[in-house]
Amino acid sequence: MSRVLSTAVGILALASVPLLAGSDYYINITSQILISAILAIGLNLLVGYVRLMSLAHAALFGVACYGTAIMLKAGYGHLPSAIVAIIATMVTTSIVATLALRATGIGFLMITLACGQIVWGMAYRWISLTEGDNGINIAARPHVLGVSLASPISFYFLTLAVFAVAFVAVAILIASPFGASLRGTRDQPRRMAALGYNVWLIRFVAFLVSGFWAGVAGLLFVYYNQFVSPQVMALTTSAEALLMVIVGGAATLLGPFVGAVIVVVVKNVVSAYVVHWNMVLGSIFVVIMIFMPEGLVPGTARLLRRVRTPRIGVLVPEPPIEKKRAR
Amino acid sequence: MNGSLLLAINSVTLGGVLFLLAAGFSLIFGLMRIPNLMHGSFFMLGAYLSVSLLRAGANFWLAALVAAVAVSAIGGVVERFLLRRLAGQELAQVLVTLGLSFIVADLCLIVWTGDPIQIPAPTSLTGGTPIWGAFFPIYRLAVVVIAVVIAVVLWLMLERTRLGAMIRAGVDDAGMAQVCGIRVSRLFTIIFCLGAGLAGFGGVIGGPILSVYPGLDSDMLPLALIVVILGGAGSLPGALLGSIIVGTLYNFGLAMVPELAYVVLFLPMLLVLVLRPQGLLGGRAV
Repeated sequence: MSRVLSTAVGILALASVPLLAGSDYYINITSQILISAILAIGLNLLVGYVRLMSLAHAALFGVACYGTAIMLKAGYGHLPSAIVAIIATMVTTSIVATLALRATGIGFLMITLACGQIVWGMAYRWISLTEGDNGINIAARPHVLGVSLASPISFYFLTLAVFAVAFVAVAILIASPFGASLRGTRDQPRRMAALGYNVWLIRFVAFLVSGFWAGVAGLLFVYYNQFVSPQVMALTTSAEALLMVIVGGAATLLGPFVGAVIVVVVKNVVSAYVVHWNMVLGSIFVVIMIFMPEGLVPGTARLLRRVRTPRIGVLVPEPPIEKKRAR
Repeated sequence: MNGSLLLAINSVTLGGVLFLLAAGFSLIFGLMRIPNLMHGSFFMLGAYLSVSLLRAGANFWLAALVAAVAVSAIGGVVERFLLRRLAGQELAQVLVTLGLSFIVADLCLIVWTGDPIQIPAPTSLTGGTPIWGAFFPIYRLAVVVIAVVIAVVLWLMLERTRLGAMIRAGVDDAGMAQVCGIRVSRLFTIIFCLGAGLAGFGGVIGGPILSVYPGLDSDMLPLALIVVILGGAGSLPGALLGSIIVGTLYNFGLAMVPELAYVVLFLPMLLVLVLRPQGLLGGRAV
């Protein structure tokens, strides 16, 4: 009950952001955070609860962006465009999942990377469909329930509503028996198989759900930006999403949101001063992986503990999360 | 007819460049069990370093050698001081190489700016030679010869020397090799240096064909990934076969369906993953 209450309080707090934010700039940043958080929530389902690191999520996100933009350009309405975009995302997701789930661990990561880069290459080179590097503009945002989404505030509330649905849906999924079987396949895949669970199918479904939220995030993003270019599918986007999940703490409900806040805020602050966001992103990645691979929040706590307690007193060092060999 | 002959020879040339890139990638993957996501960066870094060396007036081959050694040293530093700290945590190691690849990409952008740079082929190898009626650039033939020589040397090193035997033991079973008294951690450094150096060298050699531009790293990395998925991890003949397949498909794809050249690469990967997940010449699944 307290979790329901705290979720409700959290979402109400987010709903009050437009009142507190002085300008459209901050409202837009918060929208960016929420869109990224939806992508990260989806990715966390795979990374945190099944321990499969996907680098294809930028591609899934991008397919939804391009699906919408291409349909709109062809003259279709907003609703059919959105539906086609989500269907295209799900088809792509199931192809990538079928291929990538031939392997686990490192092999999974490699195959998702190869698939992701191939989709990116398509966006870049299939100029007759995607307009290549020039990208596609979207003329206007739609009306939802009679409300125009043209203003930052109305778009923010739509994003918040979708975020709330994603957050609650994934929370329910994780708490469900299916969620338990997800964690089971993560920790003891062979035992789960021996118990009669279809480990492959469980992973496949988790990938589909994860891809679905990536598609929803992509749909919001393309309307937020009103523009799409191959850049959204670049490896950087996948890496950013992965960073959000890892920074916030994988396999926690709040982790992806915290990670999205950190990454988006840092990105916007950094971009205001230097142009080289990629270098900062890479550096954060390296530092976090080397010093606190379990995530920023638990990692900081551990490092603080280490500073405070004398070394002799430490009997059992905490094992890093990814000690298991990926085979 | 002449067109497709030219395409075929171009494919083999690209295959040769890819082999230089993928051989090291495959060996690192076979031994350390990690795909080195900064392998494309090594390739690009080698090419850019040679640009600077050539501008300083160095000879092409000297520039290639110096760039390869420099990239190899960088690889050694990365392995020894970063990856080793994460020994046994493959996913964390992979993500570190991913982070480093972003850093290298931005550094190259700062140093060498965003304009594509064409590396001139060595003057002794410019011009062309007629083969079966088609006029063919000598430099591309030279690249094939270089790739074949390096393939043979690598093969002899792996099959006929003590170091090669240790590496093969490490690829087969790192734990058992360690128990037998082989310092696997040192092999890691050696292989990482070797792989980085080969990639850097490949970048220089490929420079006159592909030119150097920001994003070359992320163009080459998936090709190396696909070569290894096709050929099998840790297998040198696999890397060679995979390189030629990918080089051929990519070139013919670019010529026939330029917009979908990348998608053409998807098909062999799909077939291999479904029918033979360990790769065409690989011993075990990725």
